[in-house]
Amino acid sequence: MRYLPHTEIERADMLARIGVDHVDELFADVPGHLLLKEPLDLPRRKSEQNVARALAKMAARNVPAGSVPFFVGAGAYKHHVPATVDHLVQRSEFLTSYTPYQPEISQGTLHYLFEFQTQVALLTGMDVANASMYDGSTGTAEAVLMAHRITKRRKAVLSGGLHPHYASVVRTQSELASDDVVTLSPDVEAREDLLAAIDGDTSCVVVQTPDVFGNLRDLTAVAEKCHAHGALLIAVFTEAVSLGLVKSPGAMGADIVVGEGQSIGNALNFGGPYVGLFATRQKYVRQMPGRLCGQTSDAEGRRGFVLTLSTREQHIRRDKATSNICTNSGLCALAFTIHMSLLGEAGLKRLARINHANAVKLADMLKSVKGVELLNGTFFNEFTLRLSGNAHEIVEKLAAQNILAGVPASRLLPGKGLDDLLIVANSEVNSDEDRAAFIAALKEVL
Amino acid sequence: MLNRQGRPTEAGDASLSWHDTFTGNRGLQLEEALIFETGRIDVTGVDLDEPEAFAPRLGALMREEEIGLPGLSEPEAMRHYVRLSQKNYAIDSGLYPLGSCTMKHNPRLNEAMARLPGFADIHPLQPPSTVQGALALIEELSGWLMALTNMDAVAMSPKAGAHGEYCGMAAIKAAIAAKGEAATRRFVLVPESAHGTNPATAAAIGFEVKSVPAGADGKVHPDAVRALMGPDVAAIMLTNPNTCGLFETEIVEIAQILHEGGGYFYCDGANFNAIVGKVRPGDLGIDAMHINLHKTFSTPHGGGGPGSGPVVLSSRLSPFAPVPFVRRNGETLQMVEDAAGTQALGRLTAFHGQMGMFVRALSYILSHGGDGLKQASEDAVLNANYVRACLADLMSLPFGNRPCMHEVLFDDTWLKDTGITTLDFAKAMIDEGYHPMTMYFPLVVHGAMLIEPTESESRASLDLFIMTLRDLAFSALRGEKERFSGAPYLAPRRRLDETKAARSPVLRWTPLQPVAE
Repeated sequence: MRYLPHTEIERADMLARIGVDHVDELFADVPGHLLLKEPLDLPRRKSEQNVARALAKMAARNVPAGSVPFFVGAGAYKHHVPATVDHLVQRSEFLTSYTPYQPEISQGTLHYLFEFQTQVALLTGMDVANASMYDGSTGTAEAVLMAHRITKRRKAVLSGGLHPHYASVVRTQSELASDDVVTLSPDVEAREDLLAAIDGDTSCVVVQTPDVFGNLRDLTAVAEKCHAHGALLIAVFTEAVSLGLVKSPGAMGADIVVGEGQSIGNALNFGGPYVGLFATRQKYVRQMPGRLCGQTSDAEGRRGFVLTLSTREQHIRRDKATSNICTNSGLCALAFTIHMSLLGEAGLKRLARINHANAVKLADMLKSVKGVELLNGTFFNEFTLRLSGNAHEIVEKLAAQNILAGVPASRLLPGKGLDDLLIVANSEVNSDEDRAAFIAALKEVL
Repeated sequence: MLNRQGRPTEAGDASLSWHDTFTGNRGLQLEEALIFETGRIDVTGVDLDEPEAFAPRLGALMREEEIGLPGLSEPEAMRHYVRLSQKNYAIDSGLYPLGSCTMKHNPRLNEAMARLPGFADIHPLQPPSTVQGALALIEELSGWLMALTNMDAVAMSPKAGAHGEYCGMAAIKAAIAAKGEAATRRFVLVPESAHGTNPATAAAIGFEVKSVPAGADGKVHPDAVRALMGPDVAAIMLTNPNTCGLFETEIVEIAQILHEGGGYFYCDGANFNAIVGKVRPGDLGIDAMHINLHKTFSTPHGGGGPGSGPVVLSSRLSPFAPVPFVRRNGETLQMVEDAAGTQALGRLTAFHGQMGMFVRALSYILSHGGDGLKQASEDAVLNANYVRACLADLMSLPFGNRPCMHEVLFDDTWLKDTGITTLDFAKAMIDEGYHPMTMYFPLVVHGAMLIEPTESESRASLDLFIMTLRDLAFSALRGEKERFSGAPYLAPRRRLDETKAARSPVLRWTPLQPVAE
């Protein structure tokens, strides 16, 4: 077996040094009847070439985003990632290191985490950010718990524009912890009255912008009402590129900002691994979940970085910890921070403008299609269409023509009477040809 | 000697000593600034064409303010991150004996497979008809995990080990609620030696934790469990093999006690890598166990994630598995995404879990096959015992010199009276070119040093590691304190001031403010 260095002679020598005759003597603590006598009936080892062949065969049965006109978003976005990013992420010293518990020999990881935290804080308009969460959805659930700790209240209000899967994650968690959740009805056109839902029991209000239907939301009034009632505003985003062009949640008064960072530096990966971004105000830092990297100095007075404020964490506080989280999403955070460093402010803003311009172009083209109505007053690179037919069926028909048209709202919100709605994303990867193909195919099936 | 151009070719005078350098660099150990000190907000390393003029649809929400994000050209970025990488220890560069963390070789075939566009470039909300291969991969990996554990079902979506614990304990809570016992079964039993995630998870789900004392032999005993068991107990969370590196011999009886009392058995599967192909957790009476794909099945740790923590479930818990999951319908694979109308405990993450990790884990599993996986477990156990046998005369074993599983636990009794702590010893290992072992964990042992060499180490590598530890141990016993108390001397940084970092946290870069006149 190519990954196992020992020869049979070496194994025998080592067993002799240990003082046993057979390796099973080392399993002596296992009750005899439980130790498997016969090998399990499973396929035998395979060569590298044969594994590659087997997996390539599976991969070939999928339709990659890059191979077709592609307009699927709703929480994960296809963007071009510079080749440098993946090269650097695969550096042995990043890829095959552990959590930086020994800071003297982990300065590489800690240094980029410090930069990552700073970038996320700047991008969200907040004071501080942590070293990342699993993804945007789990980060949102953690933000709700954090708000409960701060306000000592147990009721979260979820906007009807919050990604339904994020709302489900929050509801699952809240049900388990016996916390209250009020979920507003699906709010396709950003018309809900969030202010009316806030009262003296409210711990936090969770609002997404751009929301799952693509609408941009001004959070200022919600923030004001939240603060007047001692509640916190949690702002969520799933498309980090939007922050290059849209007012930051921090500038609109958010207390905690959570987002999915996948769209910068990371591939679609069929849903994971992704990277949750998590930022807040300085005064709440000790209530934050997750890993934090901080600056300090070493015995010679040189600048260095360490994991810090670990007294919040499970390995110290056990059942009193702020969260059970043990890891962050280190390598995905690295991909994010490298891509962001390459873009810089100038590149990020231009990338965001291109995304928006492409979406505007598509929206304008759709005006000519009979049976299509654009529902958004505002949007960034994604919007919702009302179609004159069943969106799920139309997506399937277009998929059969190798066009991935978007996400039927009914897939995210089944049984809510939203069968005619289609959520369509359009980033810098979509060309004029892609848009033309989409429009032509849509005209045919409607 | 001089060559014809007058260039000296001899080695030079070794008696001369070096001095502080102008740059702060020490040869190949290079100092590196923050991007906020070197980057510029008008520089970008990505060429993009400005779009043609268009009418924005942002309403009044255009970002007007400067963000302050520095940019780097591509060569600057390349150098920055390559230099940073060189400040990290890694499995690829050396033995990484972190007990309980399983730092084994990360095959590059797995990386290549995960990057196939058919896996990396597919969207979680594409029509299922366009991702049949991805669903087939999840189904195949699930099949392997169920076969290796002899369990009924597996929930694939948990994002990491701790998230898997959360999933398993949530399933237990759902099962208890389904029996109408949610109000009464409030307690979860957790041994003192458990990972901190266990009590944190139980608390997050609304349980209260009762601590189970370990026996003098480092194991949990049925009597200790029996004494705590009652109609108010929901479950036990037990790690097996446990964090002392020992197989819980009485595990079957412990499971029976829980089951007879109406409770459930959660097993922390962090150490499953010791017993793959040797023992099946399902045969032990376990109801739920998470499997850290990043430990047992070699997906890279990546400097702290991403992990992946699928949870295998017994038939008593499988109806409560969270959405989404894959279901076969003849030739077609479907994705069940809506919990309505099922007993599913809900949803734990936006999408289907860590697909990128699933590909790597399956690549690892197919490479090994059933026979290779068993051999890997045996070699992991062999290597840990070899380290034990070769150090037992110098370092103290809290539970006696007896076989361990995949990791060997020493305590600091042998350092008594030397004035050298476990931390000092660990830091001195850094100067010798090794990553330290896990220290001060598990908490049940004073000054714990938990060594897990993994199956990836050759005998020669182990021998040098053992000789190094023996040399350090002799040095400690001789009272050569300086080698330890100031260590590390030769790493990119000396010991860092963690107290200062926590007292006045600096968690981000801020521009220097001009000094007031």
